Amino acid sequence: MKPAPFAYEAPASVPEALELLARHGDDAKVLAGGQSLVPMLNLRLARPAVVVDINGVGGLAGLALRGGTLAVGALVRQRALERWAAVHAPLCAEALRHLGHVAIRTRGTVVGSLVHADPAAELPAVFLCCDGALAVHGPGGERIVAAGALFQGPLTTSVGSEELAVEARLALPDERTGWGFSEVARRHGDFALAGAVALLRRDAGGSADHVRLALFGVGGTPVRGAAAEAELLGREPTAARLREAARAAAAALDPPADIHATSAYRRRAAAVLAERALAAALARAGRAA
Amino acid sequence: MTRAVRVVVNGEAHEGAVEPRTSLADFLREDLDLTGTHVGCEHGVCGACTVLLDGEPIRACLMLAVQADGRSITTIEGLAPAGAPGDADPPLHPIQEAFRAHHGLQCGYCTPGIVLATHAFLRECPEPGAGDIREMLAGHLCRCTGYHFIVEAIEAAARALRGSRPPLDGAEGPSPIPRASPPGGV
Repeated sequence: MKPAPFAYEAPASVPEALELLARHGDDAKVLAGGQSLVPMLNLRLARPAVVVDINGVGGLAGLALRGGTLAVGALVRQRALERWAAVHAPLCAEALRHLGHVAIRTRGTVVGSLVHADPAAELPAVFLCCDGALAVHGPGGERIVAAGALFQGPLTTSVGSEELAVEARLALPDERTGWGFSEVARRHGDFALAGAVALLRRDAGGSADHVRLALFGVGGTPVRGAAAEAELLGREPTAARLREAARAAAAALDPPADIHATSAYRRRAAAVLAERALAAALARAGRAA
Repeated sequence: MTRAVRVVVNGEAHEGAVEPRTSLADFLREDLDLTGTHVGCEHGVCGACTVLLDGEPIRACLMLAVQADGRSITTIEGLAPAGAPGDADPPLHPIQEAFRAHHGLQCGYCTPGIVLATHAFLRECPEPGAGDIREMLAGHLCRCTGYHFIVEAIEAAARALRGSRPPLDGAEGPSPIPRASPPGGV
């Protein structure tokens, strides 16, 4: 048997889960889809005393569109969102197609990917671009964590060990807003060496009136390309300006080096991928009437 | 401390008692003696342990056996139609037949996972291009074949299955997932 022994708890409700997390604190790990936690258990990189399996918790499997906001419950599988998104949210569908493999997405959850917070993962970057918010329940009741305040470092978020993330909310781009997704990975389904997600909308005069750029695989957390957004907002998004903006975003990065890519490679790739994502977003963006 | 698990595997009900840390892959192999599910990397990368959970592919090394309680699982042993008792050459599933005919395996270690993943894949994508097949195969490591014959086997299996899909545990598959159109394509 691979994992070290652990006590297994399967609460049926959020209050029961919270009670267990409060009792065990840092000794407990929450198990949802298990596609990140179980490998860590198998490799004994994680040795929790207690595994709190939330798969039997009621009320966490909802996938709903409220206004323009997509609400994704903590037990919604990536594959379920992928099926829904193929018709309703093409950016999410495209990002999910790059996430692992079908067999991973069958079990893996959307919220799980966010709170696992791998800096090279696709969904956290989409979450940043879509002005995401995470509903978190804890001893003090519910709080909402904005995407910008969620990711604190590699595999580290601002969700506490006594808290449970119950729902992710994403402001889906409206029909006038174009989107782009671009990444480089060694093989399809691998974590990205670098990647970019972009949203772009134009006003009646042709200027960009909504711009989002998020980069992943280029630091300890996914990051917004603030320099690029500032460069483009309120201006005509010409090809030259997109390139300038993408370069500005990449220049602000200090990517890690590892066996797969140097820091300089990741920064150069980020500039190219950001430009591609922005160009794709521009090409898909409609004009206000 | 052990916990009870009740599962239906290949149409047959099974009951077991497992430690919570037992993976579904180990439960299938060691408790149910279904050793066709191969275990390679044990952290979700190699794809050898892929089985179908309620008709959808999963990594059996990344699911605890206790989590499979009440679910239905198909392993490689359950894919082919049952042969006559004592039949020295029992029938194969059309996907297995295509792998045999097109040399889609050598040592066979990765094959059960690939065959089951192919089963789910062809149900959703009955007319795949070589690119679609290679994207699916990215989730399965094969150290022998170089993949060319596997791609050919899957193309042949797709042709064989079109219009004459044998049912599997009555599981009706979900519909295909359409792709986003490229930017500027309109």
